[in-house]
Amino acid sequence: MKALLYDINLCIGCEACVDACKEENGLPEEPRDRLSATSFTYLTDAGNDQYYRHMCMHCVEPSCASACPVGALQKNEMGPVTYDYDKCIGCRYCMVACPFSDPRYEWESNTPRVRKCEMCKQRTLEGGVTACAEICPTGATTFGDRTELIATAWKRISEDPDSYAPRVFGTEEVGGTCVLMIGPEKILEAAIPGNLPDTAPPELTWAVMERIPAAVGIAGVSLLGINWIIRRRMSLAAQNGNAAEHSSTASELGQEEDL
Amino acid sequence: MKALSWMITHPWRVIGALVTLGGLYGAYLRFTQGLGAVTNLSDAFPWGMWVGFDVMCGVMLAAGGFTISALVYIFQVKKWQPIARPAVLTAFLGYLLVVGGLMFDLGHPFKVWHPLVMWNHHSVMWEVAWCVTLYTSVLAMEFATFVFEKLNWERLARIFHHLTFPLTLAAVLLSMLHQSSLGSLFLLVPGRLDPLWYTPLLPFLFFVSAIAVGLTMTIVESNLSARAFGRCIEGPVLQSVAKVAAWVMGFYAVLRIGDLVQRGALSELWPLDRAAGFFFAEIILGLLIPLVIFSYPHFRKNTRLLNRGAQLAVLGFIIHRLNVGITGFEVVAGKTYTPAWTEIAVSLMLVAIGVTAFNLAGRYLPIFETEDPERTKIWARENKRLAGLEFSRASSAPDPR
Repeated sequence: MKALLYDINLCIGCEACVDACKEENGLPEEPRDRLSATSFTYLTDAGNDQYYRHMCMHCVEPSCASACPVGALQKNEMGPVTYDYDKCIGCRYCMVACPFSDPRYEWESNTPRVRKCEMCKQRTLEGGVTACAEICPTGATTFGDRTELIATAWKRISEDPDSYAPRVFGTEEVGGTCVLMIGPEKILEAAIPGNLPDTAPPELTWAVMERIPAAVGIAGVSLLGINWIIRRRMSLAAQNGNAAEHSSTASELGQEEDL
Repeated sequence: MKALSWMITHPWRVIGALVTLGGLYGAYLRFTQGLGAVTNLSDAFPWGMWVGFDVMCGVMLAAGGFTISALVYIFQVKKWQPIARPAVLTAFLGYLLVVGGLMFDLGHPFKVWHPLVMWNHHSVMWEVAWCVTLYTSVLAMEFATFVFEKLNWERLARIFHHLTFPLTLAAVLLSMLHQSSLGSLFLLVPGRLDPLWYTPLLPFLFFVSAIAVGLTMTIVESNLSARAFGRCIEGPVLQSVAKVAAWVMGFYAVLRIGDLVQRGALSELWPLDRAAGFFFAEIILGLLIPLVIFSYPHFRKNTRLLNRGAQLAVLGFIIHRLNVGITGFEVVAGKTYTPAWTEIAVSLMLVAIGVTAFNLAGRYLPIFETEDPERTKIWARENKRLAGLEFSRASSAPDPR
């Protein structure tokens, strides 16, 4: 599985990645200060010549792909989380589901698409490198094998422990991401949403979904069983006593207590 | 002059007409210019009133269909038979309106059938789509029975009468799935939904609240239709409905509040902000007050108070779903969402269509058991007796049975 490694300490804020992204995806110049339907990555200036990058994190177990009722969003085994407009019905559950609130929508369009970074799928699925990693002049954004990039990241951290927090963001968080991030603790904290779940969110829903067949079976059999018992008791009651009186008792009063 | 006096005597029709005009304008904008032109939705708030109310509350408000018919046809509570058909009618119209509302909210309404063909069995939304489709079909078959009866197509009517039990069983199972799944939708967002509303119990809470609304909405609907059709209200039946509702809501309250305490989420209530206000409206106004009304026979026997209690309960569960779908996201997003007037107009238009359709169906189809004068007489006597004893020592009076 491929991934991107973003190193906050190497980033000089030149925005070459932003321009390359816009060109690769045919997006207009503006906006470049936030994610939007026409902006898939941008940089935040954290002061002191430090910057951090925003983009789709390409989760290993993506909430959006799990949420999508038609499989328009898919996790490719090569790494990218891709989007298929022809399937999309526009329910926007992916946007609600994303733990990073990344997917954007073409609100002004009558044929709206969900828009986000797709890790240059037209390049990477053919064995190429993303536009942002290719252009980056300092090597702050690099593209490669996820396992190897994690090793590279730890090597940089151990060589310069004063400049790096001792963690590679994206190894474990939300079940792992294919955009890894390293840098000083303060900047990392600003770059990452505060209350990310530790485990992959799709597992939370799957734990419920996988019980459905059994639940339907148990509920169905129980309802049939209860119905059989009630009918039998009613017919026994009707046989025993005065049938007419009993049935009127049952229909007018008796049942309330049975509940 | 004549027109003016008609408007004064029929205020609800005037309001309905105005709402429909606004809704049609909203519909025009929606289908010509897209969601951005009519809604206050944004990338921070991808779901708003049309999902929160039209779909999530719509499905809940239609829960009477499976709740009442399960009690009547599976648990054999024959006494409730008279309210079964109105409940099924409410459900059928409700689900049609949910699908209608969905056509407004989906970015691509004409691809609404995609989930039936393009499967992602990991998606809760996919499961909801399938269940709603199947259940709407079940309701359509139940509704068809009424139509066949009306048209005197005896053979078809007889065949469909035999189908009542299997259809009811399917209705309960499908409802159990998708009513709870509307809650499961939000299990995916532990980081984005406020702890006052995010809980692993969401699917369970949604299912229990659907049953509670299925019962209480029946009381509301019965009161409304009694007024609209000048019918006698099913007083004694509604009281036993309220009694069951008290048990269900009591169970729900224990679950809901117990869960909040156990997770330590109540500390989120401080400082008292917008979210806290919605929380208290949900719990105190919409849960505890109606629970008290339903729990005491003394209050329950007061027909008017019973109706008010049912209205509050329905409102409370509506607020709960809106809180899960909207308010709970505002806290973490740091932004608020208020629906645009066009969003509200479209939603109200759907409600107006539903009320009108119910009115027409109630008039022209065999929905209410008005053909049984004996039973109507008993109800009328009961209602009168209970009305006379309101707030007196009604509960200690000898049981009419």
